[in-house]
Amino acid sequence: MSRSNWEVVIGLETHAQLNTASKIFSGSATAFGAAPNAQASAVDLALPGVLPVMNRAAVERAIRFGLAIGADVAPRSVFARKNYFYPDLPKGYQISQYELPVVLGGSLAIRVGEGADAYGKTVRLTRAHLEEDAGKSLHEDFHGMSGIDLNRAGTPLLEIVTEPDMSSSAEAVAYARALHALVRWIDICDGNMQEGSFRCDANVSVRRPGEPLGTRREIKNLNSFRFLQQAIDFEIQWQIEQIEDGHKIQQATVLFDPDSGETRMMRSKEDAHDYRYFPDPDLPPLVIADDWVAQVRAALPELPAALAQRLQAECGLSPYDAAGLTASREIAQYFLDALAAAGTPAGAQLPKLLANWVMGELAARLNREERDITASPVSAARLAGLVARIADNTISNSIARKVFEALWNGEGTDADAIIEAQGLKQVTDVSAIEPIIDEVLAANPKSVEEFRAGKEKAFNALVGQVMKASRGKASPAQVNDLLRRKLGG
Amino acid sequence: MSDTVKSLSQQLQAGRVSAVELAQDYLARIKGGNAAINAYVELNEAQTLEEARAADALRADGGGGPLTGVPIAHKDIFCQTGWHARAGSKMLESFAAPYDATLIERSRAAGLVTLGRTNMDEFAMGSSNESSHYGPVRNPWQHAAVPGGSSGGSAAAVAAGLAPAASGTDTGGSIRQPAAFCGISGIKPTYGIVSRWGMIAYASSLDQGGPMARTAEDCALLLNAFAGFDERDATSLQRAPEDYTRELAQPLAGLKIGVPKEFFAEGMSDDVRAAVDAALATFRSLGATLLDVSLPRAGMAVPAYYVIAPAEASSNLSRFDGVRYGYRAPEYSGLDDMYAKSRAQGFGAEVQRRVLIGTYVLSHGYYDAYYLQAQKVRRLIADDYATAFAQCDLIMGPTTPTVAYGLGDKTDDPLSMYLGDIYTTSVNLAGLPGMSIPCGFGAGGLPVGLQIVGNYFNEACMLRAAHRFQLETDWHARTPQE
Repeated sequence: MSRSNWEVVIGLETHAQLNTASKIFSGSATAFGAAPNAQASAVDLALPGVLPVMNRAAVERAIRFGLAIGADVAPRSVFARKNYFYPDLPKGYQISQYELPVVLGGSLAIRVGEGADAYGKTVRLTRAHLEEDAGKSLHEDFHGMSGIDLNRAGTPLLEIVTEPDMSSSAEAVAYARALHALVRWIDICDGNMQEGSFRCDANVSVRRPGEPLGTRREIKNLNSFRFLQQAIDFEIQWQIEQIEDGHKIQQATVLFDPDSGETRMMRSKEDAHDYRYFPDPDLPPLVIADDWVAQVRAALPELPAALAQRLQAECGLSPYDAAGLTASREIAQYFLDALAAAGTPAGAQLPKLLANWVMGELAARLNREERDITASPVSAARLAGLVARIADNTISNSIARKVFEALWNGEGTDADAIIEAQGLKQVTDVSAIEPIIDEVLAANPKSVEEFRAGKEKAFNALVGQVMKASRGKASPAQVNDLLRRKLGG
Repeated sequence: MSDTVKSLSQQLQAGRVSAVELAQDYLARIKGGNAAINAYVELNEAQTLEEARAADALRADGGGGPLTGVPIAHKDIFCQTGWHARAGSKMLESFAAPYDATLIERSRAAGLVTLGRTNMDEFAMGSSNESSHYGPVRNPWQHAAVPGGSSGGSAAAVAAGLAPAASGTDTGGSIRQPAAFCGISGIKPTYGIVSRWGMIAYASSLDQGGPMARTAEDCALLLNAFAGFDERDATSLQRAPEDYTRELAQPLAGLKIGVPKEFFAEGMSDDVRAAVDAALATFRSLGATLLDVSLPRAGMAVPAYYVIAPAEASSNLSRFDGVRYGYRAPEYSGLDDMYAKSRAQGFGAEVQRRVLIGTYVLSHGYYDAYYLQAQKVRRLIADDYATAFAQCDLIMGPTTPTVAYGLGDKTDDPLSMYLGDIYTTSVNLAGLPGMSIPCGFGAGGLPVGLQIVGNYFNEACMLRAAHRFQLETDWHARTPQE
């Protein structure tokens, strides 16, 4: 069996929990982790006679999203009831949007892969609509019974649906990551995947090139990028094997089991509910005036795609660097703050150097200590001060790492103070370096001989010796220069 | 004649009677008279007297309003702390709401004293009050006859003098039809005038609460208390408060009354026709002009109503699943069986019928043919009314095609019962205000109701017409002898 004979078609539906203080149709709080049913009001419990009232803040977030993906914000959209029975669905219906959603169209640019194989792609969005979440059924610790926690019931969700535009798990993950970054960037969702604030359903089908779309199966509730990738990969493989074995794919909803790494059927098309959608008579159509949209647009931050473009154009950064720095609003803000602190001079190298440090040393260190960039011990201004000293050749990169370490540990107020106090300034005085070179050449006649015989590696060894002898303070470029001159190379 | 809200209000304000005395008087009447008609399903003397004492205390302090201390009965569909809210159903036999409906809140704020909770068709589904789990209500004029429904308990209580007034709800005629059958006055306001918060939903786009009393003037006084914008109901209309009594003193000269020929067609009994014709003649003598109008699509109202209302009901009643509150079957195997048995045992036949109809018309493949089609008809009916109201101020006709029928006469033939709603359902579908006032007696000495339909927000004009009619006639003042 060969994957290359097959085309994969993937569409994603993502539920992003909107970060409003209260629920979508009641005044209850939405905070995660309260005691069961402590955040369930009469409306959330669906007592007789209660009515839903739309939370304006949820609508505002939907508008923000629509504008951020270049979609149309519907001037009039309609809430519908999706009817089915389940113990954690208190009304026996979910209020959602069906025929007329609040956001239509739009697209999201993604970058897939790394390095030379990386490529860009645009994923089209079909729609995004507002709806309420259900509660939770708790199946443990109740001695044969199930517990119902309705704290989550009525939490606002934005369901974001793509066109079937992705053709690999890598593309699906790249899209999910970009969407995850975007909803956090525009501050409509906290993106906490462990708590279920951002979860994906993947519709997957395969076909031979040139054939019509295959039958899709929907993988439900994937709450990590890794599971998304694993589930899709398993599903693709499974579908191809089924077809190659002469079976037909039946439309179905499946669940991914992270322990086995497999998908298994939850219900077939025959078992599919008839949800009996109809417009909710308790809620008038949602009318969004143009001036509201204009207000939201005016308050929107610069979007990641636009900022990435700007960083490439104004700072000469690569698409890869620009994408990395706009992976989250916090990283971008850190970088912009550092850039501002560094000022404009110091050579064209500075933004690139700064980008390397933010995504390299700093990111690695933060990652290692599981810290958020907003809680970095090295502030943007201090990192800028450090990088500026690299850019103007005051210190080398390796010395800079020592200074960074000192800054991280809170030794000294800024890079300059540390460089001064520890005497780390790069030595660029020829008269100070020449004697060291002479000593090294005298002590390593073998290397000198090898270099003269054409071995470039021997040269590097000599540079290393000189750097070591200068305790790292010599400028590598200058040492290179002087050595070559002395060796007549 | 029995006491009106107006006269009780005057006596209370003059200090000739206390709220406690009034409450005790009515509780005594209820004790004597309720067993025969089953109008009340819940009484709570301590609760009633506590409310009455509070009203007296407020008045003694110089506070309160015109209605402070006036007794009222509330339909068992409004959530009310201190009382059960069973909506005529076994499903809610054990349910007591932890909050007040807005109508109750406003009723309390006006100082009205709750006498008890009135019987009703189960979940307001019915036109005869025979679908109540708590037994049928009997018509005070003739105990073998139905009182109408679904607000049958409220209508019968007022007609029998067991309450000066009551709250009701009207989805397809549930205030007007029992008012007609029991010979009292009742108004269903424009949709969105009275908040639906805390009113147990039957069909959300049609349900509307309103007052039932002996006179139009009493209805106006009570509507002043009940009406008003409520941010807890997204379909509540944000309008400046109005005084619904403001036009009562104005004569009817120049008033144009449209009489739709479709309301006087086949199926209307002669006794009803005679009483309504006489009433229209009275309006002419009061200076109003009668003109013919047409509501060509009115005949489609009953079929459209019996698609839309069950569709909404099937969804509204899904919350009664035995999980969180209400009836749960004692024995079941598994979740689906628990749902099925709880709902099969907790709901009566009429509710189950409508849930099934509603589920069917919303189903995949039938939605367009039924639900969507019915919504189109609904718009056409509203258009018909708009055309008619371009020519007239009010529309009048019979409330029902016949007077009250006998208990059990139509229980085996739901379709014929549904057809009794022929004049009332179109008003709900259009969202217009409608009222019924007594205008004579027909076969068996049973009351006949005159229906008055107004344009949107024209309640004050409807109440004026009804009031001027009642100054001229005494149908509303007659009381049953049975």
